[in-house]
Amino acid sequence: MAQGKSPQQAYQETARSMQPRRPVFRNAVLAFLVGGTICALAQLFLSYLLGRGLPQKEALAATSGFMIFWGALLTGLGVYDIIGRVGGMGAALPITGFANSMVASALEFKREGYVLGVGAKLFTVAGPVIVYGLVSAVAVVLLRLLVTGRP
Amino acid sequence: MSKRLGQQTVAFAQPPVILSTASVVGPEEGRGPLGQYFDVVKQDRLLGQKSWELAEKLLCEEACDVAIKKVGKTPGEVDFFLAGDLLNQIITANFSAQTLGVPFLGLFGACSTLAEGLALGAMLLDGGFASCVLTACASHHDTAERQYRYPTELGVQRPPTSQWTVTGAGAVLLGLAGPGPRLTHATVGKVISMGLKDPSDLGSAMAPAAAETIWQHLQDTGRLPSDYDLIATGDLGAVGHPICARLLKERGVAMGENFVDCGLLIYDRNRQRVDAGGSGCGCSAVVFASYLVPRMVAGEIRRLLLVPTGALFSPTSWKQGLEIPAVAHAVAVEMPA
Repeated sequence: MAQGKSPQQAYQETARSMQPRRPVFRNAVLAFLVGGTICALAQLFLSYLLGRGLPQKEALAATSGFMIFWGALLTGLGVYDIIGRVGGMGAALPITGFANSMVASALEFKREGYVLGVGAKLFTVAGPVIVYGLVSAVAVVLLRLLVTGRP
Repeated sequence: MSKRLGQQTVAFAQPPVILSTASVVGPEEGRGPLGQYFDVVKQDRLLGQKSWELAEKLLCEEACDVAIKKVGKTPGEVDFFLAGDLLNQIITANFSAQTLGVPFLGLFGACSTLAEGLALGAMLLDGGFASCVLTACASHHDTAERQYRYPTELGVQRPPTSQWTVTGAGAVLLGLAGPGPRLTHATVGKVISMGLKDPSDLGSAMAPAAAETIWQHLQDTGRLPSDYDLIATGDLGAVGHPICARLLKERGVAMGENFVDCGLLIYDRNRQRVDAGGSGCGCSAVVFASYLVPRMVAGEIRRLLLVPTGALFSPTSWKQGLEIPAVAHAVAVEMPA
């Protein structure tokens, strides 16, 4: 197959070679620090609740609620996008990032009204997480049912 | 008698004159290296409006208003209004046209809209169809982000190839006679795609179109890059601009110090968080209106070639995995001797 490169392929290689390199190492370190800090804060809160005698299940739910609250508030205050810019996945992956995606969408589309704007667009960014999270959960349970006979 | 030159260029028999220009920009642009040149610098991007879109409309209307009033005219004396923007159905241009009340021709050329407006406006004038034409375009960082990418408060990390959409509107008023710079030639570009698909790297996607139009313009006119004091692309940015220079070099055209990019002029990349530079149709519009044209009037630039490029994709096309085609139009502007 000695056809050589098409002009398009040749150009794409040229363009790729001239692109600035992403600072992957730096981004990874920052993601670790930001994501780690968020999770550490959640852990502190959880430990505090358990220490005060709240049962495990309730404490976990309360911690999630607490972190969601902060994600939402910081988004509303215009701070979370800065955290995201610095932390990347470290800010997007924890539950605070999920809250940020929903609140950011809600804020943005409020201008189109509560039904067609907020209501319809609330899950534009978070939607795939919910859909594929549920789909994979169902798939895993079905698999377990098939393999072990128990759901 | 043909006014056509070569394959894609037209030479105007009576080069239309730039009567006035105006620009209205946002705070980030005011903080940039060209901040002092803009006619109006706004202090925030919402401008007391209920939406980013209404703020963008205000920028466009004000730029048009300032340009018309600078030469003591009224909208009633303008024969055609040619305008465009980046938003779906070019709503900014549409609503501004409604306010202005001038016969309206809406344009979509993405970030090449200014050149499209100048070329068509000049054709209307040189063709005897008008004696006064207003062309304008506007872009806004938040309306662009909201439409093409993500909600503004979302915590995303932008790759280094991405660009910052200029919040600004530029307007140019053209006429048949006057002391200002003249539009001598226009090269209308073809849509070029080299298969690039990443909307956060539009510089790479647009560079081939710019190189193609510049090359064709030089072929058609028989000119060399050195015949121009300045050759300015619109928003190729720090990634696309060197690629364009390299593509031209591969075709035997060496671009020199006079080859610049509006997206690199409008911001200081070291100080402002703009990644690869400015973008948006407002980018070339405000830089041309308030920096390049005044420098021509002041005698610092005698002959300029403006080549803005537009990435002709939509949020739908890129989600469907289609490539990003681009177009570049070139307009030659010259101060009378």
